[in-house]
Amino acid sequence: MAGMTRRDFVKLLGASGAATALGLGAGCETVPKSAKAAPRVVVVGGGFGGATCAKYLRIYDPALNVTMIEQNANFVTCPGSNWVLGGMRAMQDITHSYDALRSKHGVNVVHDRVTSIDAAKRTVGLASGKTVEYDRLVVSPGIDFRWNAIEGYDEAASELMPHAWKAGAQTVLLQKQLHAMRDGGTFIICPPPMPFRCPPGPPERVSMVAHYFKAHKPRSKILILDAKEEFSKQGLFMDAWEELYPGMIEFVPASKGGKVQRVDVKTRTVYTDEGLTTHKGDVINIIPPQRAGNIAVAGGLANETGWCPVNQHTFESTRVPNVHVIGDSAVAGAMPKSGHTANNIAKMTAASIVSLFRGVRPPSPSHVNTCYSLVSPEYGISIAAVYRINEKGVLEGVKGAGGLSPKDAPHLQRVQEAGYAQGWYQGITQDTFG
Amino acid sequence: MFLLGKTGKAALSCLAGTLALAGAATTQAQEISRGEVIATTCYTCHGTYGVSPGAIPSINEISADRMAAILQAYRSGQRVATVMGRHASGYTDEEIREVAQYFGKLQKRGK
Repeated sequence: MAGMTRRDFVKLLGASGAATALGLGAGCETVPKSAKAAPRVVVVGGGFGGATCAKYLRIYDPALNVTMIEQNANFVTCPGSNWVLGGMRAMQDITHSYDALRSKHGVNVVHDRVTSIDAAKRTVGLASGKTVEYDRLVVSPGIDFRWNAIEGYDEAASELMPHAWKAGAQTVLLQKQLHAMRDGGTFIICPPPMPFRCPPGPPERVSMVAHYFKAHKPRSKILILDAKEEFSKQGLFMDAWEELYPGMIEFVPASKGGKVQRVDVKTRTVYTDEGLTTHKGDVINIIPPQRAGNIAVAGGLANETGWCPVNQHTFESTRVPNVHVIGDSAVAGAMPKSGHTANNIAKMTAASIVSLFRGVRPPSPSHVNTCYSLVSPEYGISIAAVYRINEKGVLEGVKGAGGLSPKDAPHLQRVQEAGYAQGWYQGITQDTFG
Repeated sequence: MFLLGKTGKAALSCLAGTLALAGAATTQAQEISRGEVIATTCYTCHGTYGVSPGAIPSINEISADRMAAILQAYRSGQRVATVMGRHASGYTDEEIREVAQYFGKLQKRGK
C-alpha cells in the first residue's frame, strides 16, 4: 500500500465513514446485538462478477456470511455463445450450475429476484416478498437494453429479430433462424455504439456465423451495419476474414450508412441513412444500445449516462454508501465490459470488502483483461492489457504492456491462440463457478 | 501528518474500538498482500490457485525463483509466448517477485 495516506484510507471507507464500513451504521455508541455475528454480504446477480465475488469473499474470509441472490437456477455464459452459433459447442457446454458455490465455498445461493434496495435500512427486497439485510451489498446485474432507442426495436421485437446479447433462449432463437435460412440468404448484424458488453463479441459472432455458412450455406452473405466507425481487433479480423471467408462479409461503418435508425420486424427490414436506405435480411441480429442492469438503475446507482460511477479502487458506489457495483454495470475506467474484467474486479472488490471489515487497508488494485476471439475453430486472436489505478483514481492500461496478437503471425500462433481461447473459457468458468 | 477532521478522527477511533468485534468474525486482522492480488488475476486463465482445468498450463507447482525467472524472461521477450509477454510487461521486478513468492507459499501450503 505504498503511497497511501491514512486520509486516503478513511476516504476509501466511503462517504458514510468508518463506522458504517464496519456495518455499525448507528455509530460507536450503540453496538447492535448482531455485532458478534459474522458480517453479512449480499451479492445481487450470479454472473462472472457476482459469482466470483461471492466465492472470493468466502476464500478471503471463511467466517463471512455471504448470500448470493440470482433469479436463474443456472448461468448461461455469453462467452462461448458465439461458438454455439458456429456449431462448435452445445448450449449445455456453456451452462453452469451454482453447486460448487454452495457446497465447496459455503455461499448461501438464493434463487429470487431483487426488486428494491433500501440503503438507509441496508436491506434488499425480493420478488417473493422477502427482505434480506446486509452490512455490505454487491450489485452485479450485468446490462439491460435501451429498448426503442432504435425505433421499432422493443422486447417483443427481439422475439423475431434476436439480440442474443444475453445468452440463453435468445442464443437458441438466433441459431434456429440461421439453421432455417436458405443458402444464398443474407445475415445482417447491427452492433451498438460504445460502451457495450464485449466489444470483440460482434466480429467474433460474424466469424462464427461465417464458419457455419462456409460449411452449410456457402452462397450466403453477412452484412455488418455498425453504429461505430471501427470495431475491436478490426485489422486482425478483416485479414482473417479475407483468408478464411473471402467475399462473404461486408462491413459498413456509421459514416457510410451503417447506423440503424429503425427496424420493421414484420418485413425484416432495417433503415439507415435517416431512413433513406433500406436493407432486407433473411436473419437480422440487432444488438441494441445498453445501460446498467435494471436493479442498478432502480436502486439509484446509475447516473445520467445509464452506468454506475464507483470508487475504482474498492468499487463502492459514489452515489450510495455500503453498496459496491461490479461487472458490466460499473464504470471501470479503461477496462472493457467483459467477463474477464468482471471476474478481476470481483476479486478486488472481495479483497476490499474483507479489508474494510477487518479495518485494514484494501490492497492496491491490479487487474488484467484478456479477450480471446475465435475466427474459426483453429484460428484465434486476442487483445490483452494490465490495469492500475492512476493518481486521479481511474483505472488505466499500463503503458508498454498488453496489445493485440501480432498482425503477421505464423499460422501456428493462430492455432495456439485458438486452443488458448478454449482454455481461457475453461479457466474463467472454473475460477468463477468452480 | 494526517490531516483528519473531527469526524475522521472519530471515525478512526470508532474503527479501532470495533476492530475487536470485526476480528471476532474474521480470522485475523491482516492486510491482503499485493502478491496475492496479482496472483488472483492469474487464476482467471490458469484456474483458481493456478490449477488449470484445461488447455492453459497449470502454474501451481513452480518454485518462487523459477516463476520469477520465467516472468522476467517473458517480459524481456527472451521466452517466446502468445500472450504472456503482453502480460508480464505490465509488472515491475518487485511485483514479479511478490507474485512469485505468493505462489511459492501456496505450493508449500499444498493448495
